[in-house]
Amino acid sequence: MKDSNTYIFIYASAMVIIVAAVLSAVATILKPYQDLNIEMARKLDILRSIEKAEMVAAAENRVAYIDEEWERYIVDSYVINHLGEIQENIDAFEVRVREENRKPVEERNLPIFVGRDEENEYFIIPVYGRGLWGPVFGYVALENDYNTIFGVIFDHEGETPGLGAEISMPAFENQFKGKRLFDEDGEFVSIRVVKPGGGVPLNEHRVDGVSGGTITGNGVDAMLRDTLGAYVEYFRKQKNQES
Amino acid sequence: MSKSERDPLFSGKNMKLLSTPLNDENPITVQVLGICSALAVTTMLEPAVVLAVAVVAVMGIANVIISLLRNTIPNRIRIIVQLVVIASLVILVDQVLKAFLYDVSRQLSVFVGLIITNCIIMGRLEAFALSNKPWPAFLDGLGNAAGYGWILIVVAFFREFLGSGNLWGYPVMETLGVYNFGYQDNGFMILPPMALITVGVIIWVQRTRNRKLIENQ
Repeated sequence: MKDSNTYIFIYASAMVIIVAAVLSAVATILKPYQDLNIEMARKLDILRSIEKAEMVAAAENRVAYIDEEWERYIVDSYVINHLGEIQENIDAFEVRVREENRKPVEERNLPIFVGRDEENEYFIIPVYGRGLWGPVFGYVALENDYNTIFGVIFDHEGETPGLGAEISMPAFENQFKGKRLFDEDGEFVSIRVVKPGGGVPLNEHRVDGVSGGTITGNGVDAMLRDTLGAYVEYFRKQKNQES
Repeated sequence: MSKSERDPLFSGKNMKLLSTPLNDENPITVQVLGICSALAVTTMLEPAVVLAVAVVAVMGIANVIISLLRNTIPNRIRIIVQLVVIASLVILVDQVLKAFLYDVSRQLSVFVGLIITNCIIMGRLEAFALSNKPWPAFLDGLGNAAGYGWILIVVAFFREFLGSGNLWGYPVMETLGVYNFGYQDNGFMILPPMALITVGVIIWVQRTRNRKLIENQ
């Protein structure tokens, strides 16, 4: 009886249905909490790219602290297209770069967050790409010349600890400070992640990759070129306006 | 079986189920199972403790569920049933961590999911829960998970302390002021090979203290 095919089929079906019901119920109940966490993590990353919200570990009320810093320093956000035209009626925070990067450049919605403190104005751009095991992503904060990098925050889903995962460490991220996206002739060259020593010296457009994390490094390299490349027209426009 | 029915809940036999995996039958140091996660999540105390707690929860509950179902599970698909039970529990743990301990869940990333493949859990289901009553199965699960967990925590303690000078993120070495005397953190402790060596040292210490574990006397 216990080993008849009918029994096995019924047993397996019942088990699957029960498990599915339990798991979807739990997922639905916990979703609001998880969404809040994800929203806060994104806000925190954006703030950290311009060196704000750095006391978050000591904050008593994490959510309140992040929101407060967000209100204080992130003054504006908008969405543009690849020609640099502002797209109305789209909330930059709702745009998922992961989905936008799958579309051809012409159809992408490109979000920009504007940060401002006592000294400076920053333009923060979310970036998204592929590492070795999964996505790599982050935020690049530009100074108001639309060229010099003020700071970057990178993260990843499952890069190898100690190797590719090092891209989310300050030692790697801090290298980007002060690097430039455009060369002297105004051409977009992005920031390359290279292996110095093989005849490619570091300069203001290159950073040193992580030893043992070459594929992750190449992923970061491609991520910056692809994602930031779509903003080039907008950067040019803004610069021309200013000069 | 009928005899054990009258066993008191905390009889010596039942307590043994809880205590032997901590030492004589430790899943990591004696059976050498579950090494993979022991190497990966032990650079800091906090994720190690969270993973240990997660494994205790998954293993205790999985053992009880399988033990309750043991007379209904068709023999031919028993491994699949075990896998479904473990996988569902792991997904539950993962969802709860994402909701209430988001940072830790990001740190643990894939390792929570990989509890599914932790051979200790499946081994206990197959070897114990399938043929025992829920209460002993529960104790067996807790014991083995705790045996796994305490090794994880000890390794993480030494790796975080010696590797980055912190404990639970608190800068102990800095507070003690040893850096002023020229002390430096041993960055090598952070790397996976040192976890293996730390586990090796634990095995060594354990075997010198526990005569039962010495082979070929």
